Amino acid sequence: MSATGTATAAISDTLIDEIRGVVGAEGLITDPAATRVYECDGFVLARKSPQLVVLPASREEVAATLRLLWQAEVPFVPRGAGTGLSGGCLPLQAPVMVGTSRLRRIREVDVANRRAVVEAGVVNLHVTRAVAEHGLLYAPDPSSQGACTVGGNVAENSGGPHTLKYGVTTNHVLGIELVLPDGRVVELGGVVDDVPGYDLRGFAIGGEGTVGLVTAATLRLVPVPAAVRTMMAVFGSVDDACRAVSAIIAAGVIPAALELMDRLIVQAVEDAYGFGFPTGAGAVLIVELDGLADGVAEQVEAVEALCRESSADEVRVARDEAERAALWKSRKKAFGAVGRLAPNYCTQDGVVPRGSVPEILRRISAVAERQRLRIANVFHAGDGNIHPIILFDERDEDEVRRVLDAGREILEACVDLGGSVTGEHGIGVEKIEQMPLIFSPTDLRVMAELRAVFDPLSRCNPGKILPTPGACVELGAPRRQVPL
Amino acid sequence: MNMERAEHSAIDDSLLRQCVHCGLCLDACPTYVELGNEADSPRGRIHLATALAGGDLELSDEAVRHFDLCLGCRACETACPSGVPYGRIIEETRAHIEARHRRSWLDRLRRSAVLAVFPHRGRLAWLTRLVRALQLVGLWPLVRRLVPAARLFPKLSAGQPLRSSEPDGEAVRRVGFLRGCVSDVVQPQVNAAAARVLRRARVAVDVAAGQGCCGALHLHAGDVDQARRLARANIDAFDGRELDAVVVTAAGCGAAMREYGELLRDDPAYRERAARFAARVRDVTELVEPLLPESGGGQGAGRRVTYHDACHLAHAQGVRSQPRALLSRIAGWQLVELEESDRCCGSAGSYNLTEPEMAAALAMRKVDCIERSGADCVAVANPGCALQIAAELRRRGNPMRVAHPLELVDESLAARSE
Ligand SMILES: Cc1cc2nc3c(=O)[nH]c(=O)nc-3n(C[C@H](O)[C@H](O)[C@H](O)COP(=O)(O)OP(=O)(O)OC[C@H]3O[C@@H](n4cnc5c(N)ncnc54)[C@H](O)[C@@H]3O)c2cc1C
Ligand code: SF4
Ligand code: SF4
Repeated sequence: MSATGTATAAISDTLIDEIRGVVGAEGLITDPAATRVYECDGFVLARKSPQLVVLPASREEVAATLRLLWQAEVPFVPRGAGTGLSGGCLPLQAPVMVGTSRLRRIREVDVANRRAVVEAGVVNLHVTRAVAEHGLLYAPDPSSQGACTVGGNVAENSGGPHTLKYGVTTNHVLGIELVLPDGRVVELGGVVDDVPGYDLRGFAIGGEGTVGLVTAATLRLVPVPAAVRTMMAVFGSVDDACRAVSAIIAAGVIPAALELMDRLIVQAVEDAYGFGFPTGAGAVLIVELDGLADGVAEQVEAVEALCRESSADEVRVARDEAERAALWKSRKKAFGAVGRLAPNYCTQDGVVPRGSVPEILRRISAVAERQRLRIANVFHAGDGNIHPIILFDERDEDEVRRVLDAGREILEACVDLGGSVTGEHGIGVEKIEQMPLIFSPTDLRVMAELRAVFDPLSRCNPGKILPTPGACVELGAPRRQVPL
Repeated sequence: MNMERAEHSAIDDSLLRQCVHCGLCLDACPTYVELGNEADSPRGRIHLATALAGGDLELSDEAVRHFDLCLGCRACETACPSGVPYGRIIEETRAHIEARHRRSWLDRLRRSAVLAVFPHRGRLAWLTRLVRALQLVGLWPLVRRLVPAARLFPKLSAGQPLRSSEPDGEAVRRVGFLRGCVSDVVQPQVNAAAARVLRRARVAVDVAAGQGCCGALHLHAGDVDQARRLARANIDAFDGRELDAVVVTAAGCGAAMREYGELLRDDPAYRERAARFAARVRDVTELVEPLLPESGGGQGAGRRVTYHDACHLAHAQGVRSQPRALLSRIAGWQLVELEESDRCCGSAGSYNLTEPEMAAALAMRKVDCIERSGADCVAVANPGCALQIAAELRRRGNPMRVAHPLELVDESLAARSE
C-alpha cells in the first residue's frame, strides 16, 4: 500500500495573515507543537499534522476563511471534537484544518415546535441539557456524547444506544447550514419534515466533511418519555444473550436500547466503575424500555421472563435514577475503559442482519484465535451494529499488522452475511478500501459526481469516503506520520 | 520508540500509554472549553507529554505554555473512562520541564515569588499583617491597581491560632488537624469554626506541633524535592500519635496529602509510613458529616445556599455528597444546585498568580453561574476558591456571602444550642 497524495499548495505568509485578519490571533494555530496534537482523532493508526489549524467563531468567519482558502487553492479538512473512530479528520491531502471548537452557541430553542438551532461545535450532550427543563431531549446519543459535536454527528450520521427505537442523526436533523468550499452559505432542509424537492439535507448528512463545513443544524427534539426502566441481564455466554435479543424482538417489544457487552468488556467496565457486574459473566445485556408507565411495567416483566427463558443467571432492574445513570455510564464509557486492558485498541464497526449476530460473533472469535489477538465486543445488539474492539500494543509491529488483517477479515465477514462495513463510525481513511465491497463502480461514480456538485475541485477533506487512486494511507506506522 | 531518549525523561511512559485518545475528557477541561485549542486539552497535553517523553518534541516556550496553562484541576480524571492518572502525568511533566527548560526572568520571578511567600506561615503572616496595615491606612486600592493578584485579599481580620482540644465527655474520634498555610492565616475563622464543630461532634483535635506546608504548591510548580521534604516533616509530626484520621479544611492540602504514598514511593525509609499517613487523610466535611445530628430544619430559615465543588475535593478526593449533606441536612439551609458546579473557578493553587488572564475568565464564568443559581450564599470548602470567588463577587459589587460549609454548620449548631 503506497502512501501518496496529490501535491498540495503551499501556505503563504500572506494567506496566514489574511486568515488571522478574519479569526484573530486566538483563532489561529501555527505553532508546530500545537498543530501536532491534531495529527489524529480517536483512530490512532494513521497520523499526519496539519500545517495550520483555524478556529473560526462564527458562520461569517467560517465563510470568510473558506473563501480565502478557495482563492489560494488550499484544501482543508473540517474537525469537530476529534472523537471520530475512522480517521475522518486526518488531514490527508489538506494542509489546513478548520475546527468548530469555538462555534458553541445554542442559537435558539423553540419549545412549542420542539426544535433547536445549534452551532456545529456544540457538544451533543449540551443540547439535551439545555432543553431538559422543558421536558425535551435530543435523541441521538452516541457513547461519546459528552464530548462529540453536533457537526461531527451530522458529518458521521452518528447513532447510539437509542438508535433502535429513535433512529440515527438523520432522523433528528431538520435542516443544516452548510458553508461550501468556496465560501457560499447554503441552507439544506428546513424547519419542517417535508421540504419539497431533492433531499440535499439527507445527502449532506454522513458526508464526513467532504461536502462543506456544517456551521449549524436545526434539530428535532422529542419529549422525555413518561416512564423509563433500565435493566441488566447476566448470561453465561454470548450465545444465550443473543438468544434473548432475538426473543425480545420476536415478541414485538421495541426497547429504547438493547446493548450487549461480552466478558472482556464487563471486566474492564467493572474495574472502572464497580457497578456490581458479576465479573465471571459471559455476557451482559442492558435493556431500556420507555413509554407510558403501564406499558413499560408490562414490558419489563415480559423482557425479564424472556431473558430467564434464555438462561439468564440474573436479571436486575435499576431501582432509581442513580442506578440507571451508573448502568449507562458503564456502557457509554465502555470503549474508554478498554484502555485498562491494553495500551491500544482499534474499534471496528460493522453491521449484520439482526439474526446473524450470533454467527458474526462466532466468526469474530475465530478471527481472534487465528490472528492471536484479544477482541472485546460491546455493541447495539438490537440493530445488528457490531463493535468488535481489537486490543493491541502499538509497539509490536507484527501485532499491528495482525490487527489490520483481523479488522479486514471481520468486515468481509459482515458483508458475507449480508451486512455492511460501517454502522455509524464512518468510512474515514479506515474503510475506504472496503467501499468497492458494498458499492458497484457505477454507484461510486454517481456518488463522486454528486459530491463534485458541492466540492468540484476536491478542496474539502480530499481523499476521504470515495476511493481514488493515489489517495491511500499507509496504516500501521505507529508514532510515525503519514508521509505525503 | 527511542528507548535511549525515553530513559532521560522524567515522565513515566506507562502512565501516558493508558490514554487511548478517545477525547471523552475534552469537555471537562476548563482551558479547552475556554480556548478551543486541542493543545490546551487533557488529550492534547498527554499527546505533547508523550512526544516530550519520547524525545521527539523540542521543549519550546510554546510547548511549555500548554502545560503552564493546565490548572491541575483533574476534572479530566473524573471524565476519563480509561483511568488515566493525569494528576501524576502533569506533575512529572512539570518536573521534566523545570529540569530542562530555561524560563524568561520575568516568568522565573513570578514563579519564585509565589513559592517564596505562600508555603511559609511566618512570611505569609507577615504579608497579611502588611496588607492589613495598608488596608487600615487606605493605601490598599493603590496596591491593588499595581499588583493584580492583590485583589484576591479580602478584608483581613486578626485571628487566634488554632490549638488542640478535647471534647466535653468521651471522644468518639481522635484526629490530627493540619492547619494549612493559606487557610490559617487568610481565613482563620474557618479553622476555628471547624474546631468548634469537631468538638460538638465529640472529636478530639490534635494540632500536632512540627506540622507545616503540605507541599502542594511546590509539587504543582515542579519542585518535587521540596515537596518531599515537606511531606516527610508532616508525616513525622503526626506519626505515633494514635489518630483515627488527619483532617484539613483546605481541599488542596487534603488532595496533596492523600498522595504522599505516591510522592515518597522511592524513599525506603518513608514509603510505608507515607502510604499509611495518606490513607488516613480526610477532608473535614467527610469526617464530620456522619457524626452530626440532623438539623430538624429551620435554621437556614428559607435561605438558599449553593455549593461550589472545589476541584481538589470533588475530582481529586471524590468528596461531593458530604458537604452538600452538611449544608442541607445539618445546617438546615435550602440547597440549590450550581450549574457546572465542578468546573474549576480558576484559583487552582498559585494559578491565579501565574496565569491571571485565564484565572479571571474562569472566575467570571463561575460567578455567572453562582448569580444565576439565585442563592443567598455560596459555600466553598477550599480557601483558594473562596478567595477567588469572593474577589470576583467584590469586583461586581455583589455582597453575596462566601463561606466554608463548616462555618454555616457552626452557626446553625450554635443557634440550636442557644
Ligand atoms: C468512546 C467513543 C464512543 C463512540 N461511540 C459512538 C457511538 O455510539 N455512535 C457513533 O455513531 N459514533 C461513536 N463514536 C464515534 C464518534 O464519536 C462520532 O463519529 C462523532 O459523531 C464524531 O464527532 P466529532 O465532533 O468528534 O467529529 P470529528 O471526529 O472531529 O470528525 C468526524 C468527521 O466529521 C467531519 N466533521 C466534523 N465536524 C464537521 C462540521 N462541522 N462540518 C463538516 N464536517 C465535519 C470531520 O471532517 C470528520 O470527517 C464514538 C467515539 C468514541 C471515542
Ligand atoms: S487538570 Fe484540569 S486544566 Fe489540566 S488538563 Fe485536566 S481538566 Fe484540563
Ligand atoms: S478521556 Fe482519558 S483516555 Fe480518553 S483521551 Fe482523555 S485522558 Fe485519554
